[in-house]
Amino acid sequence: MSRSLKKGPYVHKSLAKKLEEMNRKGEKKVVKSWARASMIVPDMIGHTIAIYNGRKHVPVYVTEQMIGHRLGEFAPTRLFKQHSGAEKTAKQEG
Amino acid sequence: MARIAGVDLPRNKRTEIALRYIYGIGPTAATKICQKLNIAMNKRVQDLNEDEVNKIREEIDKNWQVEGDLRRVEGLNVKRLIEINCYRGQRHRKGLPTRGQRTKTNARTRRGRKRVTVAGKKIAPSKG
Repeated sequence: MSRSLKKGPYVHKSLAKKLEEMNRKGEKKVVKSWARASMIVPDMIGHTIAIYNGRKHVPVYVTEQMIGHRLGEFAPTRLFKQHSGAEKTAKQEG
Repeated sequence: MARIAGVDLPRNKRTEIALRYIYGIGPTAATKICQKLNIAMNKRVQDLNEDEVNKIREEIDKNWQVEGDLRRVEGLNVKRLIEINCYRGQRHRKGLPTRGQRTKTNARTRRGRKRVTVAGKKIAPSKG
């Protein structure tokens, strides 16, 4: 079931507060955030948000196209190291 | 005879079924079109008269996104996901399922035919 429209998009409170303050002052600095489930809203465009992936904060520059996606979609939590022996096929493809 | 949206409809099938041969028209859309235009769903395509065929053609042109147009829109959507570098985009790039399905086994639709590791052929100790 989708979220009630009445509530508006979910943005973690502390993150929303920080963004609001930054937009008011017109300054741009990297905001660290753990709120991976927060939706990307127009307020965030042009800011760089460092999204936690369980190990470190991944800096992501937010663009207009990303609106409606969640922050976590841009900071993968799993690291895929290539399979051994896969190098040959990878070379052929790339 | 009935050529709609660049696709030849099979003549001896029921209209409801034949419409699904158009990319972008499935069971739901086919039923809706028939009902809206008051065409009996079980009427064979070859029994449709010129007027009915034109009505269907007009309806699809106006209100449905089919064939090339639909494919283009889908392609653009995928391209967007890849460009913004989100999780779904990365899955598209790698040709893996995008909706969280398991990939330990199955997922053959996205990954293509199974690649068989040839036994006996000596390539350094490795598995796919």
